[in-house]
Amino acid sequence: MADATTETGAGEDQPGMGVAHAVGEAVHAEVGGEHHTSTGLSNEKLGMWVFLGSDCLLFGGLISTYLLYRHRSIGGPGPTDVFDIPFTSVSSFVLLMSSLTMVLALSALLRGDIRRNRIWLLTTALLGATFIAGQVFEFTAFKREGLGYTTNLFSSSFYTLTGFHGVHVTLGILMLLSLFVMSLRGNLPRERAETVEIIGLYWHFVDIVWIIIFTVVYLIP
Amino acid sequence: MAITERPPMALPSGEGERDFQPLGVFRRPTAHTGWRSWITTIDHKKIGIMYGVAALVFFLVGGFEALLIRTQLARPDGTLLSADAYNQVFTMHGITMIFLVVMPMANAFANYLLPLQIGARDVAFPRLNAFGLWCFLAGGIFLNTSWLFGGGADGGWFAYAPNTGVAFSPGHGMDFYALGLLITGIASTTGAINLTVTIINMRAPGMTLMRMPVFTWMTFVVQLLLVFALPVITVALFLLMFQRLFDANFFDVSAGADPLLWEHLFWIFGHPEVYILILPAFGIVSEVIPVFSRKPIFGYPFMVFSGIAIGFMGWGVWAHHMFASGIGPLSVTAFSLSTMFIAVPTGVKILNWMATMYGGRLRFTTAMLFAIALVGMFTIGGLSGVTHAVAPSDTQQTDTYYIVAHFHYVLFGGAIMGLFAGMYFWWPKVFGHQLSEGLGKWHFWLNLIGFNLTFGPMHILGLQGMSRRIYTYEEGYGFDFWNLVATIGAFTIAVSMLVFIANIAISKRRAADAAPVGPDPWDARSLEWMVSSPPPEHNFDELPVVTRLDEYWHRKYAEGDDHKVRRVASAEDVMDPGERTDVHLPSPSYWPFVVALGLPLVGYGLIFSLWWAVLGGLAVAGGIYGWAFEPADDDENPPHDHHDDDHGDDDSGAAAELPTDTADGDDEAEPIEGEQAAEEAPVG
Amino acid sequence: MSVTTEQESHAEEAAAEVERLEHEHPRDFLYVQIAVILAVLTAAEVATYNQDVSDALGDFQIPSLLLLMCIKFALVIMFFMHLRFDHRLFSWIFVGGLVLAVGVYIATLLTFQYWT
Repeated sequence: MADATTETGAGEDQPGMGVAHAVGEAVHAEVGGEHHTSTGLSNEKLGMWVFLGSDCLLFGGLISTYLLYRHRSIGGPGPTDVFDIPFTSVSSFVLLMSSLTMVLALSALLRGDIRRNRIWLLTTALLGATFIAGQVFEFTAFKREGLGYTTNLFSSSFYTLTGFHGVHVTLGILMLLSLFVMSLRGNLPRERAETVEIIGLYWHFVDIVWIIIFTVVYLIP
Repeated sequence: MAITERPPMALPSGEGERDFQPLGVFRRPTAHTGWRSWITTIDHKKIGIMYGVAALVFFLVGGFEALLIRTQLARPDGTLLSADAYNQVFTMHGITMIFLVVMPMANAFANYLLPLQIGARDVAFPRLNAFGLWCFLAGGIFLNTSWLFGGGADGGWFAYAPNTGVAFSPGHGMDFYALGLLITGIASTTGAINLTVTIINMRAPGMTLMRMPVFTWMTFVVQLLLVFALPVITVALFLLMFQRLFDANFFDVSAGADPLLWEHLFWIFGHPEVYILILPAFGIVSEVIPVFSRKPIFGYPFMVFSGIAIGFMGWGVWAHHMFASGIGPLSVTAFSLSTMFIAVPTGVKILNWMATMYGGRLRFTTAMLFAIALVGMFTIGGLSGVTHAVAPSDTQQTDTYYIVAHFHYVLFGGAIMGLFAGMYFWWPKVFGHQLSEGLGKWHFWLNLIGFNLTFGPMHILGLQGMSRRIYTYEEGYGFDFWNLVATIGAFTIAVSMLVFIANIAISKRRAADAAPVGPDPWDARSLEWMVSSPPPEHNFDELPVVTRLDEYWHRKYAEGDDHKVRRVASAEDVMDPGERTDVHLPSPSYWPFVVALGLPLVGYGLIFSLWWAVLGGLAVAGGIYGWAFEPADDDENPPHDHHDDDHGDDDSGAAAELPTDTADGDDEAEPIEGEQAAEEAPVG
Repeated sequence: MSVTTEQESHAEEAAAEVERLEHEHPRDFLYVQIAVILAVLTAAEVATYNQDVSDALGDFQIPSLLLLMCIKFALVIMFFMHLRFDHRLFSWIFVGGLVLAVGVYIATLLTFQYWT
């Protein structure tokens, strides 16, 4: 799924590259990855980190909105009325473990162990799906207890925050499943480990957002 | 391990074997000419041109809205627009000018010039680049269809909630606002990620960060600002959308909500946004002034660092838009102080531009005139800005025409004039012919005079107490005279725009008979002037090796033993010939277009009927999958630059494909005869 | 350069990169260890839900929860996301966004007198 770049000179510009080295400039000519870049870093990986940096601002806004509003509701259930900490703890644990399986998937692929990689990818997706199932269960329980989306300030901001997170997780699951299918078809060899790494970055980010949400939303009174 | 039987998936660089058709539904587009080549292009230069054309069209739309405003306000008790209509017009005027004109026009320059200026062949993610364009266009058109569905957005471009909730803005206008800006926001975010990676990772050998042109630097800061600021307004817009469409409680005061939440979220984005609007123009002017002063930019490191400083400090001042909102004296003081400080780096730039001109051999081309105008007009706008920083005086100024004067001086006198400077400067590079200097001077003077006639008096009107956002005023307040003057000024600007459009048309016609413009008509300094005008599709035959700032200039000029600078090579000597035909370029693709088309469908669905949203969602999801599994390069039909098919400037690539202006920016290119038509024959 | 030679050199570069990545990535065992630590920290966090524990912590409950959160955050970022071993540019970009988010939103909540 990598979006390749144009050649920036590694193939065609031997004379140019030679001159560059002769000139002895501080060009980071570390020829790692499939194409030469100024820093030696992969474009796709850099792009993902930039995206994750921006996503901090997104979740920060949603978390701040939640923090501002959670105790300002007029009427309707509040956090302590509905939260089931033991249940959510299990969900959190599941998501944390999915980060482990994700990194194991990458590690396996780097070793060339395509089968293990596939297994761990599927496991990660399944753990993620379990987490989502837990969220769905939790929200339907809340709804039964009288906490709908529009019930009060707490409910709107809570569901919006966790909903955005849930959508992020779901998109991650879709990407993981796509990788799994690609691997089944033999299209995810060791050479494409970076793709797994980059999707892994996204997945871990989604996990650390939950680390924050779990503490700030559920645990802090 | 069965994997060994099958060849590995193509490496992301595009080389490697492929024995399956991705999805097998449609062929990979192969067109290099004709309208299909524009829709499927991933060439940053074509994309840049389309951004520019679209922005100009929207400028006319926003300008028309401005004329409606000024006509309504020319006399007291105006009857042209009702209060409700007036609200829609001034709201859409603001949204259009900010999101659909200045930002995309700056993006047009960034897209076209950035790879050339850093010595690259394209941006980091060419298909993502194309997606950004189509997404922007989709969002802009979507937003403007609000006029057809009951009225435009009417809550001001800043959309303060709860005024923009369903209770007080019952029509669909604000829904189009929220969804339209979410769509264009996606475009800007993807573009920002793309250009950030491009600048960091795709510079030519020897092009260190401190050897990049100032325009590249300013664009870099802008992309980082976009990447971090856009998510904040995304949150705000989602909250507003959920409030309006799903009855969420975010801005429902009776449920305990705080209207200030919207204001904070909006302005945390909104203030970096104004630096996003002005920094590209600053960058353009930093290129134009040195060329037409025949001197290097004064204090290059200071120009770079002041730009970075503006980027950083811009995050700490947002609540100066909220001095009268009741945030309390402590917050007001803090933000008042931080706002005063941010004048400093801008002042550094103004001084450096002036120092660049001082002692230079000035050439007053149209581009230079607009650049100098920016320096002057922005200074005026900046000075009124400093008066706003002083919170007590701002309390009187806020929500009056004094503020309207301030931001038009910095946005029109600053950003727009800077963008015009860029147009006159880079027109020959992009289109292969210059804009007429004679008509350009008419454009400039009418524009400058009209602009000052329009917005100068607004300082007075504001201090006399004329409120913002009022659809009319009564006689006896003393507002009559200056409002009339302002309206006359606005129509003068309109005339200047007619002159500009005439300039574009006439210059194009004249170009057929004129001598071809060489690579470097202005004797300029940066790398884009080293290639032909217009550049070949692959930009450079050999990526240039950069040894210093203003590398291109120093290939033409050298300092002799007598410390006198002499010309040592002509532009033609130094020029990159641009003749290679074997450069490996990424293939065109229609998936970005497909994905972008799905987004407004989702928007319409959320407003009217969810089935459209489902359809749109499928288009988006399907498009993304198609895109993800399409290799970046088509090995069966490897694209290469068709530059060798071009003969002179009659049918040189871009000029012959110059799109005729259509309302929505989708370009019909004139068909090319002969060899290029044969090139289009599908490969088996 | 012919296409095949280019292909070969790209394949070589890719293989070299994968080699490099593999040697830089810690072994699986380390990952499991980190996961165990994360689980333990989570258990500690959840323990504060217990009334006795939260009484014992008193005023320290919120700071200790925040501290545990930060440690978990850092562990995942540094090890699972490999930020500790990667080029510093990635850290600058991500931490930049993070610091900006924290700064801007805390300032906002302050103006709401959130903590008074």
